[in-house]
Amino acid sequence: MTITLIFMAGIMGVIVWWLVKQTINVQPWIADTGLIPDLDADAILQPRAKSGLLAFLAVVTSMFCLFMSAYAMRMSLGDWTPLPEPDVLWLNTGLLVLSSISFQWARQSAKHGRDVSLKRGLYLAGALSVTFIFGQLFAWQQLAEDGYFLSSNPANSFFYLFTALHGLHLLGGLVAWIRAAFRVWSGVEAAKVSISVELCAVYWHFLLIVWLVLFGLMLST
Amino acid sequence: MSTATTHDETSYVPPAEVGEMELYHAKTWLGKYVFSQDAKVIAIQYAFTAIAIGMVALVLSLLMRLQLGFPNAFSFITPTAYYQYVTMHGMIMVVYLLTALFLGGFGNYLIPVMVGARDMVFPFLNMLSFWIYFLAVVVLVASFFVPGGPSGAGWTLYPPQAILEGTPGTEWGIILMLISLFMFIVGFTMGGLNYVITVLQARTRGMTLMRLPLTVWGIFIATILALLAFPALLVSCIMMLLDILLGTSFFMPALVSMGEQLEYGGGSPILFQHLFWFFGHPEVYIVALPAFGIVSDLLSVHARKAIFGYRMMVWAIVAIGGLSFIVWAHHMYVSGMNPYFGFFFATTTLIIAVPTALKVYNWVLTLWRGNIHLTVPMYFAIGFIFTFVNGGLTGLFLGNVTVDLPLSDTMFVVAHFHMVMAVSPVLVVFGAIYHWYPKITGRMLHDGMGMFHFWFTFIGSYAIYYPMHYLGFLGVPRRYFSLGNTDFIPASAASLNQAISIAAIIVGITQLVFIYNLVWSLFNGKKASDNPWNATTLEWQTATTPPGHGNFGKELPKVFRWAYDYSVPGADKDFIPQNEPPRS
Repeated sequence: MTITLIFMAGIMGVIVWWLVKQTINVQPWIADTGLIPDLDADAILQPRAKSGLLAFLAVVTSMFCLFMSAYAMRMSLGDWTPLPEPDVLWLNTGLLVLSSISFQWARQSAKHGRDVSLKRGLYLAGALSVTFIFGQLFAWQQLAEDGYFLSSNPANSFFYLFTALHGLHLLGGLVAWIRAAFRVWSGVEAAKVSISVELCAVYWHFLLIVWLVLFGLMLST
Repeated sequence: MSTATTHDETSYVPPAEVGEMELYHAKTWLGKYVFSQDAKVIAIQYAFTAIAIGMVALVLSLLMRLQLGFPNAFSFITPTAYYQYVTMHGMIMVVYLLTALFLGGFGNYLIPVMVGARDMVFPFLNMLSFWIYFLAVVVLVASFFVPGGPSGAGWTLYPPQAILEGTPGTEWGIILMLISLFMFIVGFTMGGLNYVITVLQARTRGMTLMRLPLTVWGIFIATILALLAFPALLVSCIMMLLDILLGTSFFMPALVSMGEQLEYGGGSPILFQHLFWFFGHPEVYIVALPAFGIVSDLLSVHARKAIFGYRMMVWAIVAIGGLSFIVWAHHMYVSGMNPYFGFFFATTTLIIAVPTALKVYNWVLTLWRGNIHLTVPMYFAIGFIFTFVNGGLTGLFLGNVTVDLPLSDTMFVVAHFHMVMAVSPVLVVFGAIYHWYPKITGRMLHDGMGMFHFWFTFIGSYAIYYPMHYLGFLGVPRRYFSLGNTDFIPASAASLNQAISIAAIIVGITQLVFIYNLVWSLFNGKKASDNPWNATTLEWQTATTPPGHGNFGKELPKVFRWAYDYSVPGADKDFIPQNEPPRS
């Protein structure tokens, strides 16, 4: 459980640091004297949807950390035979990196109101992601052909489990992508889809990191 | 109250003036009452569903008690059925009742209105959250009607027995249970994100974090715990489903079942236990922290006195939350572990007693020289303190490895966790319902029935669980369908079991009075004023009772003070609402 505990310690660290910042020197029992000053509306807070996404990513991270802890614990039990990762995974990793880069491109374009490059970036990112999914399915097929089935060894089970979970999260992201792409396609101006594209980009970067960590873990063991 | 302080620098005041445009207005009857996106309606839906399924679990516990008190007197209680009752009772009470009621019910109702928001920040997700929870309950209930019935593996669902032939419900029950839990977690995550972001970003002007009522703090930290801990249950559900359906061996060791060598091999049941308890222990605090928060507010309001040590209370909640992630293996002392690990987990477990004891002292000190009003909610709040101290003290016994080993799997454990995480939080649930019912419905609950309900529940719970400690010391094991002729258990244990069962039946029947009170008062209760308890928090300052759609009138309240200005010297009344501007 070390992996999970490190993550939990990190999260707790953030919460405690933030809380100390909020509460140090505060004397809650003392009331305000004057009126509360007026503020311009969106000066401080980031969009709620973005905070929501970040909180959700923490939950997903927690889940993947637990899976990795389970992986580490299960691996130490005698019957583990590492499986040879198919080479196509390197190609898939490249696709996912490119897809993340195009999302970043789309995000910047949306931010600066460049409609054409937003469209290109967004479509490209989606196409790359879909290709990635097919690439992963191809990797499964290759493994199955070589006789590495889900239940024949725990290493295989974890490989299928990790790729499936990561793929499902990507598919979920593609639903959000379809919404954003549809709005862009139907001619909504860049500024209005900016937030959706930004959230997609953040999610894709996150999934890229998750994949790199999972892939690294499986390669190294 | 005379000096300006630096903590209200503008950078800490969130501009939470939610525009009317953002509020979703339902257009149809269906959208308003069924697929509602209003947190208040969702809260009531959550509470109603949770209490309904909780009543099922209550009946199951009475059936278990019938068997224990009057062995083999009822032919329909077979060993199979008995194990199914045990399993479903535990799972429903912990997850589907308490978690859903505290976070989905009280969280949804109280968070927006207490922080001064019009609604949760993601109303659509919030609605989805309830309906997925509802489906999870339906799937769970469905397992009663499938061939083989519900799972009988115990609420911990330990493999390998949970999926091996011989355990009840291995055909369908266990699969439905896992799917239902999976759905619950998905639904809860949607709601949980809402609660967290609403507390963080939808607070009204002037509502700094350190002015939040402790109720909100409790629910907020409990939600964070739940968001981080439920994935552990999700992970174990997914891996167990794969073991059952696709023949992987994550948890399943090589074994011979019914004379046949199974295809499993090499898996680790201990791995499941680690994952399960990594969720399971924080779960205790997911249930307890909202109760802590709510009881703090009840005590303060009904003792007309500021909560003692507000900042300490907040930090204690946070500390308990953090510590709850590093104690899980104290549920696994008997599974066998390196003695140094046992020492570590015993130490962390006992350390949790420190912030918990701080909270207890602060509750008692809040009562000290307060102007105590013995209202029904106050009875429940004080009852909670007693019960929680009792349950907490036996926790110190069980937290020590050497004391735990002989007591493990005896009735002592049953008594301990029922006192600390069943009776205690449920007393708070009752107190909270008596306290907030007037705001939710506009009518007061009947006091007489409330008192009756309190005394029978409170004393009845002690009649049930005190003797159980003793049974545990005698060595009476838990989870046993019948004791048979066992030398070390004296015959008197059977009489004691009978007494416990009778007390349990009386307490069970008493809950019907409560349900009747809820319904009766809805039509015949005394009309409640906007602020019947003279409380300071924002939910009592709404323009209408119950609060309308959007909670507050045209303008959101501005907050000038904390939630605990009771009996302030020199003030006109003995309470000053949070949104009352200071006298200049």
